[in-house]
Amino acid sequence: MADLSSDFLGIKSPNPFWLASAPPTDKAYNVVRAFEAGWGGVVWKTLGEAGPPIVNVNGPRYGAIWGADRRLLGLNNIELITDRPLEVNLREIKQVKRDWPDRAMIVSLMVPCEEQAWKAILPLVEETGADGIELNFGCPHGMSERGMGAAVGQVPEYIEMVARWCKQNTRMPVIVKLTPNITDIRYPARAAKKGGADAVSLINTISSIIGVDLDDFSPQPSIDGKGSHGGYCGPAVKPIALNMVAEIARDAETRGMPISGIGGVTTWRDAAEFLALGAGNVQVCTAAMTYGFKIVQEMISGLSQYLDHHDMALSDLIGRAVPNVTDWQYLNLNYVTKARIDQDACIKCGRCYAACEDTSHQAISMSPERVFEVMDDECVACNLCVNVCPVDNCITMERMPAGAVDLRTGAVVTDVPADWTTHPNNPAARTAAE
Amino acid sequence: MTNSPFTPGIVPARLDGRVLQENFADLHAPLDAHEALVAADRCYFCHDAPCITACPTTIDIPLFIRQIATGTPEAAAKTIFDQNILGGMCARVCPTETLCEQACVREAAEGKPVDIGRLQRYATDRVMAAGVHPFSRAPQTGKRVAVVGAGPAGLACAHRLAMKGHEIDLFDARPKGGGLNEYGIATYKATDGFAGAELDWLMQIGGITLHTGRALGRDLSLDGLCADYDAVFLGMGLGGVNALRTAGEDRAGVLDAVDFIADLRQADDLARLPVGRNVVVIGGGMTAIDAAVQSKLLGAESVTVLYRRDRAAMPASRYEQDLAASKGVRFVFNAMPIAILGNGAVTGVTVEYTRAEGKSLIGTGETFDIPADQILKAIGQTLATTPEELNITGGKIAVTGPGRTSRKGVWAGGDCASGGEDLTVTAVAEGRDAAEDMHDRLMG
Repeated sequence: MADLSSDFLGIKSPNPFWLASAPPTDKAYNVVRAFEAGWGGVVWKTLGEAGPPIVNVNGPRYGAIWGADRRLLGLNNIELITDRPLEVNLREIKQVKRDWPDRAMIVSLMVPCEEQAWKAILPLVEETGADGIELNFGCPHGMSERGMGAAVGQVPEYIEMVARWCKQNTRMPVIVKLTPNITDIRYPARAAKKGGADAVSLINTISSIIGVDLDDFSPQPSIDGKGSHGGYCGPAVKPIALNMVAEIARDAETRGMPISGIGGVTTWRDAAEFLALGAGNVQVCTAAMTYGFKIVQEMISGLSQYLDHHDMALSDLIGRAVPNVTDWQYLNLNYVTKARIDQDACIKCGRCYAACEDTSHQAISMSPERVFEVMDDECVACNLCVNVCPVDNCITMERMPAGAVDLRTGAVVTDVPADWTTHPNNPAARTAAE
Repeated sequence: MTNSPFTPGIVPARLDGRVLQENFADLHAPLDAHEALVAADRCYFCHDAPCITACPTTIDIPLFIRQIATGTPEAAAKTIFDQNILGGMCARVCPTETLCEQACVREAAEGKPVDIGRLQRYATDRVMAAGVHPFSRAPQTGKRVAVVGAGPAGLACAHRLAMKGHEIDLFDARPKGGGLNEYGIATYKATDGFAGAELDWLMQIGGITLHTGRALGRDLSLDGLCADYDAVFLGMGLGGVNALRTAGEDRAGVLDAVDFIADLRQADDLARLPVGRNVVVIGGGMTAIDAAVQSKLLGAESVTVLYRRDRAAMPASRYEQDLAASKGVRFVFNAMPIAILGNGAVTGVTVEYTRAEGKSLIGTGETFDIPADQILKAIGQTLATTPEELNITGGKIAVTGPGRTSRKGVWAGGDCASGGEDLTVTAVAEGRDAAEDMHDRLMG
């Protein structure tokens, strides 16, 4: 078994799987059960300032979209930060950290954008013995209307300011949790770094309307016939999160800043992808809310097996794919592939044909006996046939060797890479050449 | 319960009433809403789907399954009924394992096809239970058509013609319409009076008048029909049965499987139906299987199906054979009866093994006896009467194209007509296609 022990900002945990700040980490009862199940750490559900507790709706807080067999693919929520009294949460955090010293205990915080408010809460958290804090600049619903959460995360200057306040007022490591509800994730990440934050975590939930009831025309989840946008999470958001993590990991200004990856992590494989794209650890919520805490056991065994199989340490995996994330203009235009259909594996559904014929390049032929074949003189290697084929590995993309003739272009394939920056059709490239 | 499976002779009530009820309940329970969504999701929505080609009525199966998957089973049912107005019965009785589901690409991929038959039932049941009839008639044409036989072919033909605005007189020899749907299908495939309910639902189109107890050759003549109507469709099925031509065939306890099944279907109380202790069914088609399985379910101690050729040649599908085997029916292949034993009542049958020699079968000389107090003959049916002035081929009314007979103005389809497999779904297709052709002729 590979060693999965993790060190994130000096915070040790037996594995890189943390539970994200969310309902599963709202109280000692849940967190203790999570630790018993094997989770490496938790980010305690966001605390607000002292005073009258937060009020939640009393109707449904969640809405979902489903795939086959009602498999949950996406969840959105309109729940606010913890609605339990601050002192109760602090007492429980302290007790749990004392009982589970080897697990990471991060406390998520969201107080008004005034230095005094942060100054007031930070010592209280520090007193619990927690390992660090996460600044919730992400929640897109409810609290943002009150100038907190995503309302802060959408303004880089505020991020920098609050991060600085926190760094100046606590010894604890500071993680800034970013909202994806912006146009370019690099700006808030750079601001966090400028403010002195030790790390960023992302993504928080995406503003969303999960659906509309077509009988009463209420957005869902429906609160007495009305709905408000919620925060979207779960497997459906993973690709968005992966891209944002990678953008920060490869940005010149933020490269090297620790990242806690969040967004649709459901299996060990999802986690491994986040790690490969530069996350130092991952946070999980929706998968636990869907299947319970036990899933971490599959994540632990799966990641261990993977690392053993590839003879890698956990640290070898982190960031391993980052150098391969590049801009379109640097992609090798001399990399020529063609679709190949394995006739023995083909079940003759014809989906590749329908997709190619109706919506792509008319590069697949169909015989009366339902034999489907790729026409190399038409195939642009778009990969749609691979994507729609229901059989694993039935259609693959095969690289054409150097010296072969691409029947579509008539050009001889070369193994010398060339990209858009030097392409004759690129006006910028021509200008540079002159 | 007065008797048991071990009571000698042909007696009723071999099993407890509740057991009988369970035995004859729905063979395949209907899908509930969630099961239907899961089953529908397995459909790949194939291009030019093989299942459509395999369906004798060419139902757009991927489309109706997608309509189920997206929560509109009513639209799915309309897709089905557009092609097959008896889609509800076909969902229950079609040998899907040799038609759509055999062609399903998931059968090739994993040996587990999409559950097309049950999905079709899910959609059609919803609409029929709601009492909705999703078709209406075109303006009346003033044309009158006689349809002989209210079975699947006649019903499909009558409905399509009525929809196009013609006026239909539908004749049937039996006291009820429905044909084999009402009198021939195994009870557990069409429970709760489904055949009758489907007939009533179909008749909602209007313009069809059903006349029962009217048989061609007895109460009706083809000449008379041709004189009285603008067109005639013959879909009266096969009313006769083949003789065994075996010594002792006239002994008490030897009967036609089709009559046995018809009695079963019409029985109000299964506990009053007599069945033998040792039953031998002779034949290898669906009628043989249905008779054998139902004999067993009625409480016969032993049921044996005798088939003169080998398993692979058996017209009943492997699926049906396995179903029968699972109910305790024994199969004896390559065996033919050569004498019915007994003195007045049947006591057994002497069987001789066979082997194929070229196209013919010959006895090997090796014989054995099987004890039997009831023998059910299921060796094929014939035209009850041969309508005058019609060409006959292979014992059936010769037809060309969409059911045209040799006589102008007369069409035929279903089991009584040449060509096609003798399946409910084939009969529906033939009745429908004849109706389209008749309409073109009538209006052309």
